[in-house]
Amino acid sequence: MDQLAQQLVNGVLIGLVYSLLAIGLTLIWGVMNVLNFAHGEFLMIGMFLSYWLYVMAGVDPLFSIPINAVALFLLGMLVYRFIISKVMKGPALAQLVVTFGISIFLANFAALVWTPNFRSIEHTLLSGTWDISGLKLSIPKFVTSIGSVATSLGLFCFLKKTRIGKAILAVEMDREAAVIMGINTERINSLSFAIGSALVGVAGALLATHYYIYPFVGGSFGTICFCIVALGGFGSIEGAFVAGILVGVVQTLGGYIFDPAYKLAIVFIMYLITVWIRPQGLRGW
Amino acid sequence: MLLVNNLSVGYKGLLAIQDASFKVNKGEIVSLIGSNGAGKTTMLKAILGLLKPMKGEIRLNGEVISGQPAYDVVKKKISLVPEGRRLFSRLSVQDNLLLGAYTVQNKDVIAESLEMVLRLFPWVKERAGQRAGTLSGGEQQQVAIARGLMSRPDLLMLDEPSLGVMPKVVSEIFTTVERIAAEGVTVLLVEQNVFEALQVCHRAYVLQTGRIVMEGTGPELSQSDLVRKAYLGM
Repeated sequence: MDQLAQQLVNGVLIGLVYSLLAIGLTLIWGVMNVLNFAHGEFLMIGMFLSYWLYVMAGVDPLFSIPINAVALFLLGMLVYRFIISKVMKGPALAQLVVTFGISIFLANFAALVWTPNFRSIEHTLLSGTWDISGLKLSIPKFVTSIGSVATSLGLFCFLKKTRIGKAILAVEMDREAAVIMGINTERINSLSFAIGSALVGVAGALLATHYYIYPFVGGSFGTICFCIVALGGFGSIEGAFVAGILVGVVQTLGGYIFDPAYKLAIVFIMYLITVWIRPQGLRGW
Repeated sequence: MLLVNNLSVGYKGLLAIQDASFKVNKGEIVSLIGSNGAGKTTMLKAILGLLKPMKGEIRLNGEVISGQPAYDVVKKKISLVPEGRRLFSRLSVQDNLLLGAYTVQNKDVIAESLEMVLRLFPWVKERAGQRAGTLSGGEQQQVAIARGLMSRPDLLMLDEPSLGVMPKVVSEIFTTVERIAAEGVTVLLVEQNVFEALQVCHRAYVLQTGRIVMEGTGPELSQSDLVRKAYLGM
């Protein structure tokens, strides 16, 4: 029983990180109908950025959060401006292939310059575990989750409360009507792509506090993210948030009950069952 | 105020508008009537900059606006209430109105505009927090008009405001159009409901398969054979 509670807590903790990653992906999809296959690799870049800032300048990953956010925001903007926007006018397949290409390029380029070895940051400000009446809470994982939720909530508030945020939602709901309002949709595309990437940058810094860092780390996160976005309903931010936690819990509990080797299989079985019963996902419309 | 000169607009090689010329003077209500597919919506979209014309030009107060992107045209105080209302259904009524004022930077001006549209549609005040998608067709149309007014347009273009609205609300919509015009807003009205459209307007143009085939005052057109036979069913 205690073990089950422990796994449940672990599941929620990783799930909240998944939520943040998936929100970025679903935001990009919702606004411009582009599936960014390089989302996971952007995360990898973020993690490496934190790693090198730590190794070369002694910056703790926690303090690299804002640096990562800005750097990935700019990376997202550049990638949109110079690559994505060029294929937006083309067929959907071109958009799919181009982000897939970026993903392969980034992962392999990282392997080339940084070697495919696993790395980790040894001494961060966060270490150790809390023991709450038998329940073990890893401090870096806990802080990572809190940081992720805070960032997700920050994005919610930005979208719901600010003029630009509402414009992003308007473009997501009805692009032509948004143009009629005088919204420059090209600028909103670029901004959404940049914000989606910045969210991943934040997640990268948070994960760098305790996760292994290697060039292909984006692959596993990326795949799970797609599953979460589809499960939550493409383009639905609330859906992605809920589905992220769900996937985290199912993955951890499933791994505990059956076998850790099956944890991803269990997630995808849940996904298949959901889309079979409800093809639009949990919060799709 | 608005001058359309020999305008041709096409979609993928098909001409939707051919060599159309017309004008809207300041303070007028001008109706553009015609059947489905005559090119009315295309005309409004071309004026706003959503479609690029193949030939001809559109002038607003003398300045050529054809070829400019919509987000620049909207700043020149033209606003479109699109066919089918196109509210942002998952946003609140209030947010929809605020998006109508997206091109306005000054907060005081926006607050003033909000006050103005609430005077026009007092019921909106209590429903401001409601999701726009949950309103009835007639209510949505009124909010869409209010949203169109939030940018303080000099020229308001309405695309089929009576479509999908309960018959008894239709006359209310047209009364609103007259009230808006009375406050000094120039109105370009596109309608399939030809009878009502000819009653409220000062002048009207008849559009058939992309060409303007007739123009005149409301009463003139109501009495013409073409309009009586083709659109009024007499």
